[in-house]
Amino acid sequence: MMILFLPILIPLLTIILLLIVRKKLAYQHILSVLSVVAQLIVALSIFNKLGESTILVAQAGGWPAPFGISFLADYTATILLIAVALLALPIVIYSIGFIDKVRQQGGLFVLYQGLILGVNGAFLTADIFNLYVWFEVMLISSFVLITLGAAKQQLRGSVKYLVMNLLGSSLFVAAIGLTYSQLGTLNMADIADKIMKQGSTPLLNSAIMLFFIAFGIKAAVFPFFFWLPASYPTPPIAITAFFGATLTKVGVYVMLRFYSLFANMDEAFWQPIIFIVAGLTMLFGVLMAASSYDIRKILSFHIISQIGYMLMGIGLFSLIGLAGALFFIVHNMFSKTAAFMAAGLIKRFKGSYDLNMLGGLYKSKPILAFLFLIPALSLAGIPPTSGFFGKLFLVMGGFQSGEWLITIVAIVVSILTLFSMIKIWNEAVWKPAEEKAVEPSNQKLNPLIIAASFAMTVFTLFLGLTVFWTFDSFTEAAAQLLNPQLYIDAVLNNNRPALN
Amino acid sequence: MNLIIAVLIGLLYATGAYLLLRRSIVKLVLGILFLSYATNLLLFFTGGLSLMSPAFDDGSYPDLSQLSDPLPQALILTAIVIGFGLAAFSMVLIYRFFKETGTVDLDELSDNKK
Repeated sequence: MMILFLPILIPLLTIILLLIVRKKLAYQHILSVLSVVAQLIVALSIFNKLGESTILVAQAGGWPAPFGISFLADYTATILLIAVALLALPIVIYSIGFIDKVRQQGGLFVLYQGLILGVNGAFLTADIFNLYVWFEVMLISSFVLITLGAAKQQLRGSVKYLVMNLLGSSLFVAAIGLTYSQLGTLNMADIADKIMKQGSTPLLNSAIMLFFIAFGIKAAVFPFFFWLPASYPTPPIAITAFFGATLTKVGVYVMLRFYSLFANMDEAFWQPIIFIVAGLTMLFGVLMAASSYDIRKILSFHIISQIGYMLMGIGLFSLIGLAGALFFIVHNMFSKTAAFMAAGLIKRFKGSYDLNMLGGLYKSKPILAFLFLIPALSLAGIPPTSGFFGKLFLVMGGFQSGEWLITIVAIVVSILTLFSMIKIWNEAVWKPAEEKAVEPSNQKLNPLIIAASFAMTVFTLFLGLTVFWTFDSFTEAAAQLLNPQLYIDAVLNNNRPALN
Repeated sequence: MNLIIAVLIGLLYATGAYLLLRRSIVKLVLGILFLSYATNLLLFFTGGLSLMSPAFDDGSYPDLSQLSDPLPQALILTAIVIGFGLAAFSMVLIYRFFKETGTVDLDELSDNKK
């Protein structure tokens, strides 16, 4: 299945080409856009090949399964591949218009492709050490992206980001070492197979816990979230949007995968932990958002709060809960990106992210108000937007499993999210323009920025409106996650080597 | 021997954690380095502490199970290289940080002292 390598090879090739045409920005723009389009086509054709119980597997280098590195695409991975490719296109276009020439020349597009490379690799790999390598690819790109331009506040935010993520990485490697010493394998399917057959040992469980802590740091769950609001708002907002849409979501995806493969047989132990963390993540995120007055900060805190919802879906581990969580991840990727993009437009037009400085947007730029309104409603969960359906499925799943407490927390947090969005709406859009408001920068708005922001808003709307057609795929993905044996068989059985 | 190694790894982790909690950004980076060394060492010993032969089979070896596990060494090599890259990046970052802000003390940069 060579096609499984394409989502990795395309960005890699693009990086090389981009470095060759480093001096020519126009070529870089064209190449970046083409590369993202190609990735979208590849992701869609992988999706096309998937069937009810067909999971695509590829063995790198032709080494048989538990010895080499396996790559695997099931519905979950493929849906996320498509989502990343879909939102990378508007983000690249937005960045062309939004980010200054100095940063663009500093390798912005190379780093974007590096980030996509790491993200795609993390989605597809079925080997824990390889996963670590993809995480590092992603991480080093994000380190440079977050410091690109080296403004004072960027450096300050990036220190926290760097330290927390490096800490997470070393815990991750330690967990890999412990797992290997216990089971003698790194292949995720093989590990799951052995855990199922032999049962878990205490040392193995602590290794799995270390994994969850490491991914928890990357996904910014309670109590490891504080690096995110400190660092995400500092780089130009297009980069923030890309981070918010990909990095934390990869953390959640890996947790989902690990929970399905390594932890779900021990549900009595893991489920309460996941629920407690999920509930606290939701609550803390939304409460801190309520006390912020900077649009970027508010949206960053909401990233944290919404990670809690995804965790809740993982904890439920039922068909509708998992499908809801997956749908929620995709919804969040789109809505959040759209919201950040609209915030960038507001900044361009009004010269500030500070709600105290803003106002009168509805009167002066109704289109901008609309561009912000759709993702805001979606984040708050108002029908018929995607956020409403995501939360609906999760709440339904919660009631079905009889998990009242976490479900009620989810509903309350949802109302508080609405409050935050209304706050931004009131302060930035509704209220009359501030007199002390900063003069807007005179540069004309690049049509590319508006087009990209508009496209992202349309995606968000579209995801909500087509939910009844797309939801089958999400349920299919959830069904595959619920049955880890499918994953194990796909990787191991097809090419189990003849042991002598 | 196992105990000594375990204590050594634990000590490295402890040193790393202690340095991470200091205010100085230079110590912060040293802390990261200590953590990654501790992890590398941990990884190295996951193959087991043994006096077996290296994993090289020229066909003359009677019992392949007597060969030591080569995989942790491959892993640690990768981890060291990645660690080097990240360490280099952190060094450059703290240098830029110092040049830009004129201090190595993180507390002097807290939000209320913009």
